Amino acid sequence: MSAIAERSKPSDHMPVLPEFTPLERAIINRLQYGLPLTRTPYKDVADELGVSEVTLLKHLQALLDNGTLTRFGPMFHAGEMGGGLTLAAMRIPEQDFANVTEQVNSFPEVAHNYRREHELNMWFVLATETPEGIDETIQRIESLTGYPVYNMPKEQEFHVHLHFEV
Amino acid sequence: MSTFTLKSDPVLSNRDRELIVATQSGLPLVSDPWAELGKQLDMPADEVLSRFQRMQEAGVIRRVAAVPDHYKLGYRFNGMTVWDVRDDAIAQLGEKVGCLPFVSHCYRRPRHLPYWSFNLFAMVHGISREEVEHKAAQIREVLGDACTGHTILYSSAILKKTGLRLKKQTDKQ
Repeated sequence: MSAIAERSKPSDHMPVLPEFTPLERAIINRLQYGLPLTRTPYKDVADELGVSEVTLLKHLQALLDNGTLTRFGPMFHAGEMGGGLTLAAMRIPEQDFANVTEQVNSFPEVAHNYRREHELNMWFVLATETPEGIDETIQRIESLTGYPVYNMPKEQEFHVHLHFEV
Repeated sequence: MSTFTLKSDPVLSNRDRELIVATQSGLPLVSDPWAELGKQLDMPADEVLSRFQRMQEAGVIRRVAAVPDHYKLGYRFNGMTVWDVRDDAIAQLGEKVGCLPFVSHCYRRPRHLPYWSFNLFAMVHGISREEVEHKAAQIREVLGDACTGHTILYSSAILKKTGLRLKKQTDKQ
């Protein structure tokens, strides 16, 4: 599997800002906070935004279709689901990077994998069915690739609210 | 795809699990999503709703919400800021960093000396490198002299992104 460049980068210093209508902005901003779990959730949000429920649903569908939103639905807290979850990093020499990427990505336990600009240049999230599965998967990755894996499980989570204002 | 099985987890019943599997790709975009899910799973709409409410209260579901592609919103720079914070101060300072409105994830993680001395991770997104650095400077201020080093790791490529997935029960051997 080849690495997908995140975006072509015309300049690191010139922000490229997308254009949204005021209603699109309102929907993106409001729905990141979460749908109320009421009998008529979409209607309640539509009322808040001063539009009809049909209009809200139509715009929400369009924002999903054009990829502005990757998903609309329940955000699961993996740590509460009984499996194993961790962040791990590796230090891979440039000449081996593509090969090791393919090896690491071949593990179904690897959910996300990012290249990052650091001596530790490969960072991935491991998710396993049981907590014990983490150590076992790390051992398998180390023996397949021949490189050490630095396991960095969360020791404490600090409460945050992810919100991108547009 | 990564998978979880829930085994005998007391927090989730099999019916909860069916609801999670049915909504992993999203909540139905129809006027009554609870009734729509109920129709699929042969469950009364009120039960669907009350199960969602209970899972949210239990923390299994953080919220039912829109997840934006932050690049499409103009936030092209994804900086993992990492900090070497005194062990006796990190619990209190981590909470403060998590409260900054632009921090999207904030965790304490173990050091791996000598390669890795950073124990606090705070993810910051920005429309430019300058914006990420400006936000990192605000984190630096919160940490004060309890912090003895930091760096920012920018992502230069997504190598894989499948997200977390629950297996369907029938997938189990």
